[in-house]
Amino acid sequence: MRSRANEPAAAQRLSLLKRVGPLPRINLAILTTFTLLPFSLDAGEGPYFITYDHHMEEPGNLEIAINPVLGLPKSANTFVGSWTEFEYGVKGWWTSEFYLNGQTTRHDSTLFTGFRWENRFRLLRREHWINPVFYLEFANVNAADKTLREVVGFGPEEEHAEPNARTRMEKEREIEGKLILSSNYKGWNFSENFIAEKNLSNEPWQFGYALGISHPLALAATPEPCSFCRENFHAGIEFYGGLGNWHKFGLPGASRYIAPVLAWDLPNGTTFRISPTFGLTENSHRALIRFGVSYEFAGLGRRLGHLFR
Amino acid sequence: MRRTVMAVTIAMVLLVTRTGLAKKDPRKGDLGSELRRAPISVQWLRNPYAGQDPAIRAGKKLYLRHCAGCHGADGRGKEKAPNLSSPTIQSVTPGMLFWFLKNGNLSEGMPAWSRLPDQQLWQIVTFLQTLCPELPNQNASQPIQE
Repeated sequence: MRSRANEPAAAQRLSLLKRVGPLPRINLAILTTFTLLPFSLDAGEGPYFITYDHHMEEPGNLEIAINPVLGLPKSANTFVGSWTEFEYGVKGWWTSEFYLNGQTTRHDSTLFTGFRWENRFRLLRREHWINPVFYLEFANVNAADKTLREVVGFGPEEEHAEPNARTRMEKEREIEGKLILSSNYKGWNFSENFIAEKNLSNEPWQFGYALGISHPLALAATPEPCSFCRENFHAGIEFYGGLGNWHKFGLPGASRYIAPVLAWDLPNGTTFRISPTFGLTENSHRALIRFGVSYEFAGLGRRLGHLFR
Repeated sequence: MRRTVMAVTIAMVLLVTRTGLAKKDPRKGDLGSELRRAPISVQWLRNPYAGQDPAIRAGKKLYLRHCAGCHGADGRGKEKAPNLSSPTIQSVTPGMLFWFLKNGNLSEGMPAWSRLPDQQLWQIVTFLQTLCPELPNQNASQPIQE
């Protein structure tokens, strides 16, 4: 039997790629591209994965992000869900996002699970103690989707134990509304999201929530350009979970998660995020590890607009 | 499914080009009057970093990162984004600038920078106030309305 150490380097690389699977491979390629992209002169992302705050995308900017989530369920195969996100600032008060979702499950398969389109509207034009944002989403996914973009109803643990071949056949066309409330105080951000989701087939409304608190590691910027300055890092924590459905509303029996988050904004417009997430109830996955990398293209709308003049 | 994807794609393209094509109504978004909407309580706020060299340099760094994409690296403005060295901007109080940065003018394309901590907003204000006021006829192609 030939040892791994004797394999030629190319064969070892191929073997590694086979073990990793196609979805993480694509994510790795995009991540490398974002890191090498030139200076974009713009803002970074907030630290949250699930919770929304009231900060909108700058008008005309396009942000592209990939967010893989490694899932470690209690009684199902390990999986990697991933969403690729295109976020565009339509107006200062209106942000639109388009998502492509996919997943790969160990000992099962890799598949594209559908898309989502969401719009966020900031309801008040000035900063207030509490800043409300209205969120509206349409999702066309199948039941094999494992991105866990939000948690509603009672949670996903049982659903994720079923094989992809069965769940991929089950279409889920959903509308979702969120009321986002967010406040800033002395560098802290406090965000609360209340979620209502309805599968357009004959299923009841499901409810959920997400709460987030974050703070930059330094409030004032240092005079020197730097990547590792404390002001480039945001730390925080998210709590999210289901609130049951129309027939049985409430916390009992629903899944709940707690997730510390850390974000690192590079001066070139790239943001890296990580969040180890822990399930708190019977119906939650044991743990999730979320990663995110995003890159912002400044003034894309303006440049495209010139092409049509 | 394919038709839905197509419809969503077309809608996204329209959104992107619509915002790029949108022309500014010259009567709307008068910057001078927007700045003067700042509440009296913030108009006379004291800049904690006024005149401090490290704050000016930090402000310049932040400006280049967050603002230069629209206002230009020299602050002289581009297309819809106004010239920040104009007398209109240079004549307002630091508190007004701070308030305007924090709240933006969402309907006119100026984002709210409330995601930045107050300290960083003051650093940007400190830098902006070092930009030399321009002579009124020096940049006649991009006038700031008052």
